[in-house]
Amino acid sequence: MTPEEIYRHTLEKIPAETLGELAADAAQPWVTVAPDQLIEVLTVLRDDPALDFDCLDCLTATDFLDDGQIEMVYHLWSYTHEHLFVVKVRVGRDDPAVPSVSELWPAAEWYEREEYDMFGVRFTGHPNLTRLFLPDEWEGYPMRLDWKEKETALGIPTTRPDPLVPKKDGETGGAADA
Amino acid sequence: MPEEFAISGPDNMLLNMGPQHPSTHGVIRFVLDTDGEVVTKATPVVGYLHRGIEKIATEMTYAQFMPITDRLDYVASMCGNLAWCEAVERMAGIEIPRRAQFLRVIATELNRISSHLVAVGSFCNDVGGVTPLVVALREREAINDLLEMLSGARLTYNYMRLGGVSRDMTDQFKRQTLEFLDHFPPALDEFNRLITGNKIFVERLANIAVVTPEDAKAYGLNGPNLRGSGIEFDLRRNEPYAVYPELDFKVCTGEGFRGQLGDAYDRYMVRINEMYESIKIVRQCLEMVPDGEIKGKVPRVLKVPAGERYTRTESARGEMGIYIVSNGGKTPYRVRVRTSSYSALSIFEKLSRGLMIADLVVVIGSFDIVAPEIDR
Repeated sequence: MTPEEIYRHTLEKIPAETLGELAADAAQPWVTVAPDQLIEVLTVLRDDPALDFDCLDCLTATDFLDDGQIEMVYHLWSYTHEHLFVVKVRVGRDDPAVPSVSELWPAAEWYEREEYDMFGVRFTGHPNLTRLFLPDEWEGYPMRLDWKEKETALGIPTTRPDPLVPKKDGETGGAADA
Repeated sequence: MPEEFAISGPDNMLLNMGPQHPSTHGVIRFVLDTDGEVVTKATPVVGYLHRGIEKIATEMTYAQFMPITDRLDYVASMCGNLAWCEAVERMAGIEIPRRAQFLRVIATELNRISSHLVAVGSFCNDVGGVTPLVVALREREAINDLLEMLSGARLTYNYMRLGGVSRDMTDQFKRQTLEFLDHFPPALDEFNRLITGNKIFVERLANIAVVTPEDAKAYGLNGPNLRGSGIEFDLRRNEPYAVYPELDFKVCTGEGFRGQLGDAYDRYMVRINEMYESIKIVRQCLEMVPDGEIKGKVPRVLKVPAGERYTRTESARGEMGIYIVSNGGKTPYRVRVRTSSYSALSIFEKLSRGLMIADLVVVIGSFDIVAPEIDR
């Protein structure tokens, strides 16, 4: 089905005020739903036999610093019908919290850990919401646009002197003297 | 010790496998909760190769990101190149000359063969057969030479450009590739005689780490790992791009060759069979490739129209999906790379329960995991 058909089909199950408008002029149209209705919408999309989204292909977040929001994007894929649909959720940047969809698709477990790691989005109901890539002691969320690299990370300096620039006061050292 | 690694019984032992372990296929750590030789739980710990590639992408132009895509999956870096090209070109509406399309497919398929050779060769090595690895690497060497002739590099090719490819193929490349195409299927038959039907090898692989089709979909497995579970889905066929619709090839799936459907042996066999198909593809491409330009018209400063798109291509390990959000500028606003090894590792904890430690190596090898692709 095309995204428009999927949208119209979903409207039969979910009221229009919950599902929101379809951003139909995009290359891959999407709907934006409220965080507390996400599970309801995604459950219908997964379980309706005519839609049958059996795969959460990609889950990602985008930081919209100017809007003060973080956008979660769910790319759903159906192997049965071979169609794609995009669902989005927007939450405030200060304390972003989205319900976890790992109950619906176990693939989400790692995706959500990654987005928590990089954007600090809390996924309520997640079985093990810990950092995925960064060390557990890491502070801050580096994929946020206002994140600044600190001078040291875990006790290790993040910058070092350029060996090609001669040191001041006639000091020796570095490749420039070699 | 973090709580998630706590052992599950008084007689259990916690064992670290990796991050520097020859059979973890890169810098990955597995924390094993073991009861004697039996693994009660295995938790993958990733991130040792995290370089922040998604962040780097937002700080450079679309063309500058091309060499970085080589470093995603370094065993099949042509596939990373192609994934990025397709993603940006579809968003920006760039036309690619037909000759360049064919050159891309030739390069990608040759790279797919060399990647699968590393996969099956190192898999055999992991389960104790060193000779097949040497045979596989010998054949891969020939492909490395071909791709070096084409792109100038042997591992991180950086061959493709937005709108085309960087170099045209020479007559010598065409001649030597045709020679290789004649040489390779018998060589692969030899490899099969050496190991694929070997009783010890089959018994190590059959019925181990069975992934049901439902699990494969729900955990987002793809590529050979998905097809190993019997699902006939290949993006080259089902969501065609480049010149794949014009080519004749078979989508290889697992059939429960020696054990259950979706076991480690099925995934291994899918890779073996795909190499024969890739040979067919390259041969057709060399026959069909027309003369002409190798690079289309692309503005010197490429600005991608505002919008977003999620583009998927079939890399050697499975789907490589690139999600780009553009605000109309010279650099992307957000890039997300979705890779196959990542989802393969996320099902690992479920599959590892109750296996022997030695079988764990089979599970890792059968998924053909490449660590930098997971961590990005």
